[in-house]
Amino acid sequence: MATPAKKPGWRDIPIGGRIEEAGNAHKYHVGGWRIRRPVWVKENCIHCLFCWVFCPDSAVEVHDGKMHGFDYNHCKGCGICAQECPAKDKAIEMRPEDVENKFDN
Amino acid sequence: MTKRIALTGNEAMALVMKQINPDVVAAYPITPQTEIVQIFSQFVADGEIDTEFVTVESEHSAMSAVIGASAAGARAMTATSANGLALMWEVVYIAASCRLPIVMAVVNRALSGPINIHCDHSDAMGMRDSGWIQLFGENAQEAYDNALMAVRIAEHKDVMLPVAVNMDGFIISHAVENIEIVANEDVRDFVGEYNPERYLLDVQNPITVGPVDLQDFYFEHKRQQVEAMKKAKNVIQKIADEFVNLTGRKYSFFEEYYLDDAEIALVAMGSAAGTAKAAIDELREQGIKVGLLKLRVFRPFPAEEIVRALSHIKVVGVMDRAESFNTMGGPLFSDMRSAMYDGEANVRMINIIYGLGGRDITVTDIKNIIQKVKDVNNTGKIENLVIHYGVRE
Amino acid sequence: MATLKELSTRAGKFSGGHRLCPGCGAGIIVRQVLAAAKNPVVVACATGCLEVSSTIYPYTAWNTSFIHNAFENAAATISGVEAAYRSLKRRKKFGLEDQEFDFIAFGGDGGTYDIGFQSLSGAMERGHKILYICYDNGAYMNTGIQRSSATPMGANTTTSPAGKKIPGKTQFKKELTDVMAAHYIPYVAQAAPSNWKDLTRKVEKALSIDGPSFINVLSVCPRGWRTPEEKGLEITRTAIDTCFWPLFEVENGTDYTINYKPKNKRPIEEWLKPQGRFKHLFKPENKHLIEKIQKHIDNRWEMLLRRAGEID
Repeated sequence: MATPAKKPGWRDIPIGGRIEEAGNAHKYHVGGWRIRRPVWVKENCIHCLFCWVFCPDSAVEVHDGKMHGFDYNHCKGCGICAQECPAKDKAIEMRPEDVENKFDN
Repeated sequence: MTKRIALTGNEAMALVMKQINPDVVAAYPITPQTEIVQIFSQFVADGEIDTEFVTVESEHSAMSAVIGASAAGARAMTATSANGLALMWEVVYIAASCRLPIVMAVVNRALSGPINIHCDHSDAMGMRDSGWIQLFGENAQEAYDNALMAVRIAEHKDVMLPVAVNMDGFIISHAVENIEIVANEDVRDFVGEYNPERYLLDVQNPITVGPVDLQDFYFEHKRQQVEAMKKAKNVIQKIADEFVNLTGRKYSFFEEYYLDDAEIALVAMGSAAGTAKAAIDELREQGIKVGLLKLRVFRPFPAEEIVRALSHIKVVGVMDRAESFNTMGGPLFSDMRSAMYDGEANVRMINIIYGLGGRDITVTDIKNIIQKVKDVNNTGKIENLVIHYGVRE
Repeated sequence: MATLKELSTRAGKFSGGHRLCPGCGAGIIVRQVLAAAKNPVVVACATGCLEVSSTIYPYTAWNTSFIHNAFENAAATISGVEAAYRSLKRRKKFGLEDQEFDFIAFGGDGGTYDIGFQSLSGAMERGHKILYICYDNGAYMNTGIQRSSATPMGANTTTSPAGKKIPGKTQFKKELTDVMAAHYIPYVAQAAPSNWKDLTRKVEKALSIDGPSFINVLSVCPRGWRTPEEKGLEITRTAIDTCFWPLFEVENGTDYTINYKPKNKRPIEEWLKPQGRFKHLFKPENKHLIEKIQKHIDNRWEMLLRRAGEID
């Protein structure tokens, strides 16, 4: 994953255990944990953003107030989004994970 | 410009805290430190300073709050004693590991139990491996001076470690002495402004302080702390050199008292060093070649310098005001023996554990102790490696 | 009150890539709370699931300033940060004279109800302008599901196991929200992430007050509750509809408002049944325990209604 190949020595890292790049966990991919994959059914989506507000993993992408799909690098596949989707025909389906292709990039 | 005034150790400490004018003080009262908190509260209540004074509900929260304040970018101080320091233990380590330059006055008192409110160094010795710099003073003047220098030492970019300024409970904290006070503007110039590299209140550059640090990085961060402690030695000396220019009062890692031509010597920290000087003065008049090494900087331990200062001495009596219950003597004795072994100094040493729980130590007592050191020198035999001086049989 | 669209524009203060379990309530709560904050935030976090999962060196999920100190001192720590802010602002350092912040502490029920209670109580009494959020999942989940004083009666945890003689935890949970209200601080509330509108409104309100505030938020733990990952919010709603977890707020210690009154208060079994930790309560010999729990819930709900002036 995003772990550097050669880890820095004690002279090379900030003192005190300080992490100086806020939000850098974004570079750490947890999508590999997933055994179920949420799939966005765009045509059913009412853009209520419930999936966004209930996602524990900041893995629902929203731009300008509209659902834009999933961040598969960070989605752990809990299925809350699909469960909470209020659309008459669900806009999110949980499917078995494709082990070959878990990540976005 | 300086002036001489009569103050107790606690009054001197509260005064120097006012002069340093930290951004935040969080503290909790405990005997014998209580007066520091009270006097400081009065300064705040009277509007003499505008330090944010946080009246926490425990010492654990005192240290926790100054950690928060220091990480936020503030110059932060606290003060405590004994059980209060013990309650802080966990976060005392965290302050050092987060590399926060907090300054804390420790008014030394015996740790429970049984409960006792009087002086010994068991509280300070409990934090000796926590990564704090530890300074000891012989009297109120030194406590005052050490506190001033502590701010500079802690915040030096090569160091960035917290500093504990120790003074003996009651013996120093409650005794009135004439001390020389540095003028407010000189204090301000000396301590300067604290400008941390990174801090929580920096909106442009948010940071995470105190993350989980597992097998792959924790050790590297500990190694950095060791390096800071090593570098602290130079910084401590450099700040002392600046301080002598300001006040004329000379400091180093320790004070050497009649060591040059001494055959036997004592090593001591805190107020007992003053008593020892009086005893040595008398014995010198009788022609006894005895000296004293009064240790000021206990952490980092100035091993090489101590070896140089004592290598010509035949027998040294190391005085510990704390037990370590390892059955091999007190904590200072362990460090002394380790330093001498590495320095290949041919100096015999015995350990005198004294004054626990505030048991008085007089000039006569010190003379008795010196006699024991002298006996070893005369007979060449160490009958008792560790002496618990003044305990009733 | 912010719409979801508005809230979504304030997203991003808590990034993905943290290592909370799938379906963890804490992740949902943190995201909602931070989206409701309008100023730059400084977060202090107690040791616990949230902290150990979100800041594994060299990664941090916090796209804000963040400090973790220890388990029991998140409140004292954030109070120190807030004191520093007040001091530095007054002294016009670091350009802080025109800069506002939201100071928010997060702790689990262990770090809040139990080991951190003294620190919390002290910080609240001192009147710092801080918001303390407890994510209450009802046990020490981080160390492997040990009982806390927030664990509900009857729950099977690893230190209150359902055994041959003792049927899980034998005590009722501490009602910390009430205890915090007794501090007579400006704002105390109870909320749940299933009701995001209510929770985010409460956070906005808390952060607008010049003083301390406390919000207790029910947080699903699929591991500890023994519930399916996707069902967390559905089960949370049953906590609200059975009145196990009423949504209410208390201003200045005395002014109680019930924010949601279920039209049909559902029987407590509906909260207990879907959770594996209460499974043993449905054995015939434990029927009396469910009755006892129901009675307790009914009494408490009535007390809250009375305090809110809904009944005489």
